[in-house]
Amino acid sequence: MFNYILRRVLLLIPLLLAISVVVFLMIHLIPGDPVQIMLGDKGTAEDAARLRRELGFDQPLYIQYYKFLTNLVQGDLGRSIRNRNPVINEIAAAFPATIELTVLSMIFASIIGIAAGIVSAIKQYSLIDNLTMVGALLGISMPVFWVGMMLMLIFGSRLGWLPISGRISRLADLEIITNFYLIDSILTGNWNAFRSTFSHLILPAITLATIPVAMIARMTRSTTLEILNQDYIRTARAKGLPEKVVILKHVLKNSLIPVVTIIGLQFGSFLGGAVLTETVFARAGVGRLLINGILGRDFPVIQGAVIFIASFFIFINLIVDILYSYLDPRIHYS
Amino acid sequence: MANLTGMTEEKRIKSESLWTISFRRMRKNRTAIAGIIILFIFAVIAIFAPLIAPYDPFEQNFITSFRPPSAENFLGTDEFGRDVFSRIIYGARISLQIGFVSVFISLILGVSLGLVAGYYGGWIDMLIMRIMDLMLSFPYILLALVIMSILGPGIFNAMIAIGIVYVPQYARIVRSSVLSVKKKEYVMAAQALGASDLRIILKHVFLNSMAPIIIQTTLSIGRAIINAAGLSFLGLGAQPPTPEWGAMLSNGQDFLRNAPWIATFPGIAIALLVLGFNLVGDGFRDAFDPRLHK
Repeated sequence: MFNYILRRVLLLIPLLLAISVVVFLMIHLIPGDPVQIMLGDKGTAEDAARLRRELGFDQPLYIQYYKFLTNLVQGDLGRSIRNRNPVINEIAAAFPATIELTVLSMIFASIIGIAAGIVSAIKQYSLIDNLTMVGALLGISMPVFWVGMMLMLIFGSRLGWLPISGRISRLADLEIITNFYLIDSILTGNWNAFRSTFSHLILPAITLATIPVAMIARMTRSTTLEILNQDYIRTARAKGLPEKVVILKHVLKNSLIPVVTIIGLQFGSFLGGAVLTETVFARAGVGRLLINGILGRDFPVIQGAVIFIASFFIFINLIVDILYSYLDPRIHYS
Repeated sequence: MANLTGMTEEKRIKSESLWTISFRRMRKNRTAIAGIIILFIFAVIAIFAPLIAPYDPFEQNFITSFRPPSAENFLGTDEFGRDVFSRIIYGARISLQIGFVSVFISLILGVSLGLVAGYYGGWIDMLIMRIMDLMLSFPYILLALVIMSILGPGIFNAMIAIGIVYVPQYARIVRSSVLSVKKKEYVMAAQALGASDLRIILKHVFLNSMAPIIIQTTLSIGRAIINAAGLSFLGLGAQPPTPEWGAMLSNGQDFLRNAPWIATFPGIAIALLVLGFNLVGDGFRDAFDPRLHK
């Protein structure tokens, strides 16, 4: 097991290096002069010369990459062209918003998806099964951003139950410590701020959960159906165990293994979906930072956000793989 | 006698190809038929858009702006007084075009790379598959955004970006089919008879990986349409005044409170079209699944 983990971690190094090459080359692959594109119409010749020097474009490509990589390892992702802030600070400020959103959304998706999948499988071909599966199919067919807008329209504008944009109400007066607003409000005992942060998270988290909930429900249903046909379930029933025990102890436990994998694999979809969800709900997360970077042709920001999201995604996949081997004793890694 | 009947039955079952059985299964699958009907309706709408749309999708008229759905404007009008229904009708053309073009790009690139990697093996296989792994280490939309930030905004660039994003999936499917077919006796026989690599690849290897490719293609077109709408929604795909559904949604968000119809109906159109592709894709998957064949 230890050897397996070590091998997986070591395999990350070439992958991360390859990602750094792709991200480094992005700026050089733009058709035309990247400096002119980044400065737009407003830049003077001196601005262009300064930016060229700052980005190291006056040096050979391999030296540029070497500098890019050494800076990257030290956590220096350059400065934003638009507001001159260090990119790493921008990401550090935006990242907690994205994590709060994705984690809460993952919890929603897992609870609803697993429950719906299991009920569907136990009551196969019933009305509830059919409704769940139609709902799941609709879930993967609807654009996430549209779902967000419809939730905003119904629960925000029409019913006025929940806030529709931002991370927290201005009136909440929260003292920032970690930038994770939920954690900060607990740390400072500011329950008003906690309520405000949580209520700002509900609609975006449900929006982001739409596709994963559908995938998890479908996956749980099919694995549960397979398990219900196993001999050990028949044995459990034959020896007179109450149905509740059979379902909770034998079916649920065994069907969770592939479901955990699908939840982990959905993390990419959570991160990707966060880009759109943060745009719809005007949440200042990494996804929104990336989109603003792309729209404003701010390449240091784009590069920083892309490297960050991709590395995070790889890291989560690694954890899922390790967790999977831990959860399922039938899997042995050499 | 009993034996003889058994043999005849066996022969009859064997004489039916996987395709015949699959299409028979597909015909019996009600949800798949519903998907085919949805796609057929959208295809008719796209082809006959000028005949179906009551108004010009680009025609602006400020007097008629923000009109709610009525007999005159079936789905209302937008801030420029343009008829939302007519724009959705024309949008079907764009979305279907995006879906097919981007999946065509992934098919051509992915299938060729998968065939080459699987058939030749060695360092070519290693190189191609490592690049595919690298592409898969990005979440899909992130990879599309990376490509878009290099190419710049625009509907055609969005098609290229989405096309490239799905290349690894095809490459993997085709490569694994090639690996399983390569060692089969009929391929060796073809080689021994002196058939060229290209002939063997196209005639024996490619045709045997058709089933997973068809399933993947149907499902990918739906996803490509959603992703392209997402890029347009972010302001990176189709640009105004193109009546693309994602761009219409992005535009409609500004008026969500007072004129919700502008954003509501294009979303329903996307969901219905993608649902059609998903239903048909699921139908193909069930139809081609050898475990379900009796």
